[in-house]
Amino acid sequence: MAEEKQKKIRVLIAKPGLDGHDRGAKIIARALRDAGMEVIYTGLHQTPEQVVATALQEDVDAIGLSILSGAHNYLFPRVLELMKEKGLEDVMLFGGGIIPDEDIVKLKAMGVKEIFTPGTSTEEVIQFLRENIKK
Amino acid sequence: MKLADRVLNKDVRAVARLITLVENGDPEALPALKALYPHTGRAYILGVTGAPGAGKSTLVDKLTSAFRSRGQTVGIIAVDPTSPFTGGAILGDRIRMQRHYLDKGVFIRSMATRGHLGGLAVATNDVVHILDAYGMDIILIETVGVGQDEVEIVKTAHTCLVITVPGMGDDIQAIKAGILEIGDIFVVNKADREGADKTVKELEIMLGFNTYPQKSWKPPIYKTIAVKDEGISALVEGIDAHLSYLKDSGELKKRKLNQTEREFLEILQHNLMQQAMAKIGDREALTRLLSKIVNREADPYSLVEEMVKTWFA
Repeated sequence: MAEEKQKKIRVLIAKPGLDGHDRGAKIIARALRDAGMEVIYTGLHQTPEQVVATALQEDVDAIGLSILSGAHNYLFPRVLELMKEKGLEDVMLFGGGIIPDEDIVKLKAMGVKEIFTPGTSTEEVIQFLRENIKK
Repeated sequence: MKLADRVLNKDVRAVARLITLVENGDPEALPALKALYPHTGRAYILGVTGAPGAGKSTLVDKLTSAFRSRGQTVGIIAVDPTSPFTGGAILGDRIRMQRHYLDKGVFIRSMATRGHLGGLAVATNDVVHILDAYGMDIILIETVGVGQDEVEIVKTAHTCLVITVPGMGDDIQAIKAGILEIGDIFVVNKADREGADKTVKELEIMLGFNTYPQKSWKPPIYKTIAVKDEGISALVEGIDAHLSYLKDSGELKKRKLNQTEREFLEILQHNLMQQAMAKIGDREALTRLLSKIVNREADPYSLVEEMVKTWFA
C-alpha cells in the first residue's frame, strides 16, 4: 500500500590506532552488509576524534572498533568519552580484536556493550546487533 | 527546540538525524523540510559521476580541499549501491576523505541507493535541501559508479562533472547516449596512465560531433592525477567558469526551473498515490478490487477512471 518505511541498521566499522590488520574489520563489514545492514567503512588509522565525528554525521546505530594493537585500554575509553561529549549516548559501542579477558571485563563495565575475540562467528555478531539495536 | 531550528542553529546531530528520517521515508521529516525550504536555494550543487574506480571519491576529496582553502563550506553526499539481494551496503567513499572528518566546514554523509536506480539514493534531493539550509556553500554529490544510463544526477546538480580514465574502451563507447550527454565538464583522471592523450582526443572528437549553438557552453576536458593533486586547480577554474556561464547566460535559472518542476511533479505523484491508496483502503480492499479484474468482472481502465472521477468530483 503506502510506500513502506525503510529502517536500516547503520553501523560504523572503524580501525582506530596504528595497527594495519584490517582483515577482520573487512570480514565483519561484509558479513553485516550480507545481513542487510548499511556499513560505513572508513579504513585504517582512525583517531578516536575521527571515529566519533563520522558516527555523528552518519547517524549510525552502532560503532564497531577493530583493535589488534594492544591500545584498547586507551582507545575504547577515549571513544566513549568523545561519544558522551557529542551526545551520542544512544549509540552502541562494540569491538573486536585480540583483547585479554580481564580487560574485556573492565571495558564492558565502562560502557562498551560487547567485545568479540578471535574465533567468533560472524553470525554471532549479526545476532548481537539485531538483538541490541532497537529499530 | 524543533528539528528544523536545530539544523539552522548548526546542530550536526540534528542534521544527521533529519537525513536519516528522510532516508527512511518517515513522515516526521516533513514539517522540518517545510520549515527549512525557505532557507534553501543558496548552495551551488556540483555532481560528480563516472565509472566505478575512476577516482570520483579522490577527486571529491581534492575539490573539497580546494573549496575549503577559499573559505567555502562543503557538504558531501556520497552514494554507494545497495545490494539487490540482501538490502545491505558497504559505504566506503569516506575512506578517501579522511582529512576532512574534523573540519567543521565539511559535512559528509554516505547514502545507499536502497533500490533506487539512476545513480542516486531516493532521498538525495531532500538531503541537498537539508545541507543547503544548514549553510553549506557547495554541495558535492558523488553518484554510484555508473555505466551508460544512470544520468539522474542532472535532475539535481547545477554542474555535472563526468570522470573517466584512460583505457575504458574504444571510441564507440563514447558515442553511446547517456553519460556523455550530461557532462558540463569532463575529467580524464589517472592521466599518468598510458593512453590518456588518446582518451582526451576521443572525447574531443565525440564532443566535436555535437552541435553547440553560438555562445553556449562547450564542455571542456581536463586531465587530472587526483592522488597526486595534479590538474586540480585548473579543474577548479573550469568549474568556476561554468558557474559564471550558468549565471550570465540565464541557464542557471532554467536548470533550477526544470529541476523544481521534476521535484514538484515527483512530490505531487507521491502524494496523490498515498491519498489514492488511503481511499482504496487496506490491502484486503485492494485485493478485492484486483480479484474483480482477474475474474474479468471489471477492466482496470474503467475501474481506475471511475474511482478517480469520484475522488476529484
